[in-house]
Amino acid sequence: MLMYSVKRLGLAVIIVSLAMLMLFSMIYLIPGDPAAVALGPRATEAMREALRIKMGLDQPVWVQFWNFFTNAWTGDLGNEVLSDRPVAEVVMEQLPYTLALIAGGISWSVALGIPLGCWAAVKRGSMPDRIVGILSVAVIAVPSFVVAIYALLIFAVTLRWLPAIGAGEPGDLGDQLVHLILPSLAVGLGWVGYIARMVRASMLEVLEAQHIRTARAFGLPENMITYRYALTIAILPTVTLLGVGIGQMLSSAVFAEIVFARPGVGKLVYDAILTRNYPLVTGAVLVTTVLFVLLNLIADLIVGALDPRVRSRF
Amino acid sequence: MTVLTIKDLNVTFSTEGGDLRALRDVSFEVPERRIVGIVGESGCGKSTLINAILGLLADNGRIDGGSILFEGQELTALSAPKMRDLRGQRISTVFQDPMGALNPVLSVGRQMQNIQYRSGLSRAEKDARSVDMLRLVRIPDPEHAWARYPHEFSGGMKQRIAIAMALMMEPALLIADEPTTALDATLEVATIELLQDLQQQIGCSVLFISHHLGVIAELCDDVVVMYAGEVVERGTTRQVFNTPRHPYSIRLLECDPARQAERTRNLPTIPGEIPDLRRRPQGCIFANRCDRKVAACDELPPDVAVGDGQVARCILAEAV
Amino acid sequence: MFAAASEDRRQWLKPLVRILREPLGALGIALVILMVGGAALADFLSAFEPNKISPRDRFQGPSLTHLLGTDQLGRDLFSRVLHGGRIALSVALFATAASLIIGIVLGLIAGYGPRWLDNLMILLFDSIKSFPTVMLALALVTLFGPSLTAVVVVVVLVNVPGYARIIRTQTLALKTSEFVTAAQSMGASTARILRHHIMPNVIGPLLILASMDIPVVIAIEAGMSFLGLGVRPPTPSWGAILNDGFTAIRDTPWIAIAGGLPIILTTLGFTFLGETLRDVFDPRLKARG
Repeated sequence: MLMYSVKRLGLAVIIVSLAMLMLFSMIYLIPGDPAAVALGPRATEAMREALRIKMGLDQPVWVQFWNFFTNAWTGDLGNEVLSDRPVAEVVMEQLPYTLALIAGGISWSVALGIPLGCWAAVKRGSMPDRIVGILSVAVIAVPSFVVAIYALLIFAVTLRWLPAIGAGEPGDLGDQLVHLILPSLAVGLGWVGYIARMVRASMLEVLEAQHIRTARAFGLPENMITYRYALTIAILPTVTLLGVGIGQMLSSAVFAEIVFARPGVGKLVYDAILTRNYPLVTGAVLVTTVLFVLLNLIADLIVGALDPRVRSRF
Repeated sequence: MTVLTIKDLNVTFSTEGGDLRALRDVSFEVPERRIVGIVGESGCGKSTLINAILGLLADNGRIDGGSILFEGQELTALSAPKMRDLRGQRISTVFQDPMGALNPVLSVGRQMQNIQYRSGLSRAEKDARSVDMLRLVRIPDPEHAWARYPHEFSGGMKQRIAIAMALMMEPALLIADEPTTALDATLEVATIELLQDLQQQIGCSVLFISHHLGVIAELCDDVVVMYAGEVVERGTTRQVFNTPRHPYSIRLLECDPARQAERTRNLPTIPGEIPDLRRRPQGCIFANRCDRKVAACDELPPDVAVGDGQVARCILAEAV
Repeated sequence: MFAAASEDRRQWLKPLVRILREPLGALGIALVILMVGGAALADFLSAFEPNKISPRDRFQGPSLTHLLGTDQLGRDLFSRVLHGGRIALSVALFATAASLIIGIVLGLIAGYGPRWLDNLMILLFDSIKSFPTVMLALALVTLFGPSLTAVVVVVVLVNVPGYARIIRTQTLALKTSEFVTAAQSMGASTARILRHHIMPNVIGPLLILASMDIPVVIAIEAGMSFLGLGVRPPTPSWGAILNDGFTAIRDTPWIAIAGGLPIILTTLGFTFLGETLRDVFDPRLKARG
């Protein structure tokens, strides 16, 4: 287990480093002078030159990259252009909102996907199974921003059941949760489908296993076999799937945050691009990438912890 | 007294290529406290027979005709919940593959607890019983083994744990489906001795399925020879092994490597293949491979009693 | 085994029949034909110019004249949806073709090339995949500016790692197979081996996967246009219409409905079709999830 964790961690570090390299090259390749962009058209050449030196733009490329790289690993992502606050600080302010949104999305997808998939597997070949199958494919296909807009239109604008904008009153947990319902549905709905399909497929496989036959031969009740003997094994791949899915959920979160006017990293990046606040863009993209890699890592380790076979192998 | 009486049992599977008659007119008995062996090549219907007894036939399988009488109850007419109440309590099973027979994510103790869910014992009593059973099958350090997971045990230990689980509720009948095939020779002997021991202690009957003739001869009181879904011969072990009457039994015994008098390069085999049971031949099921085939073999052969309890499904049984 | 293989070959000859026999496949084909036909015949089906601004007709609800209503500039939404279909479908076609070509080339290089290059490319693919798609899009748009080119580049970056990986795995497996060794020993050139022995074996599953990815491509185009990172106004795009509708969602919901509906129908159509294609022709791919 320890060796395994170390190896996974090493891979994560390499991937994040490569991501940094890519982001740096991207920013470096952007046409135009960042100092000029930051200062606006009325700045003098001397002011620009001063800022260039302050930002390290006069140094050779590889020095610039090295500085970017080492600073980034120590958590220093530079200062954003508009208010000159540290990027890391600004991003960290917004991060909890995005994390809450993703947690909400995962809750939806797990709470609906696992029972649906399990039900479909137990009723294999029946009408409910077919309906769950078609619905899963359908919710996977429809893009999350369309779900977000339609959910807004139906539940917030037309029916007025749920609030349309914002993240709720700070400190009022209930209000915040109510504000989370629709955006997290938009983030998680597609994953209901993915998880239902995955759980169904792995349930069917597990139900064919010899130990399930043994359990039946011992006369154990069907419910116990389904939920305690089969489902506990069948949900293991789901955790890995969710780890990968978090990247997509981060994407969906950008849309959900914009549509529902929620604070969050996605909205932050979007606004930063519109205002050409490049350090903020780089920083926020980097943070989400690290977050994604980290959550993947956690998902893998959770699988390890849940499955006694994996637990002892490493 | 017999524990299990199977009479004229027929099982059919509906498949894409038509109906498959997996068992045809299968009859035999398992007397109290006796070990009955079933021999036959793979595909002879052993697994179907077990599943039919346990009420666990696949969805496309059905019993059409015959009876399975267990402790005076007609199993073919039993409701699913009643059947489930019997499994693991009165009829228990040990399967071939010890690696896959135990649930990988539940501890051994938890699985043993679950098997006793009908017993009405307290959790502590159930656990004490589980530890006793583990000790009985000679699992070292049973108090701690109880909390461990299946993958932490060797293949032989896993099979002993499976046996402990099967015998925990002191069933009247233990079905052992090739319980030693996946084990190596030394473990095989040890496991068989253990089974024999426990059978004596608990006093149950055993239906022992194997294609290993030596094991059957060693362990069993009675033998049932199956071929292509039919019982071609049955009798006491002594009868069947010493004076086999069905041509298939005769060939089967000839082909047993353990019985070769001298070392040969080529083991004798029975030429030909098991017939396609979706298109069963009209007459004797073994006719197409039989070296004594006569014209009358194109008719269905009767079960011929050839001695005290020995029966062979062959018109030539008396003459052989 | 052999019987099954020849049966498979016969099935390839009647693909349409087999797909149409599945209810979901028939529905998928119907939806795809509807959307493709609508896009192709856009000029005939609608009397209005998609970009014709008509201030007097602003914010009109659906009627017989304007089937889906009009937007904030008085443009006919039905016409814009049909023409938006052209954008969506041509981007889908072009970007998918580009991803396939690049994916195949990179996959063959990774699979057939030296070990270190293979490892390097796999690492690169993994790190591209470690960017969430939208973050990738946002970062790229800072580089290229909002445009259809940016959309295509994002699609290519999202799709290529997957395609290249499949080609690579297959190539690695085939590289050591008997018939390739035989061809090598007979002096066939690498290019010839790739073209005649390896490509035919990998192209089938790849095309099915690509067809299943088309809804994703359409979603990327619409999503980026929705964010204003894709097509420039006034070009009609479903995502752009959706954005117009989002801005005015409280008073004129039909604009958002008009923008979302074609996205839903098209992605569903292609998904149902792709699923059926896969189930019919290559059930093994199902393992991919």
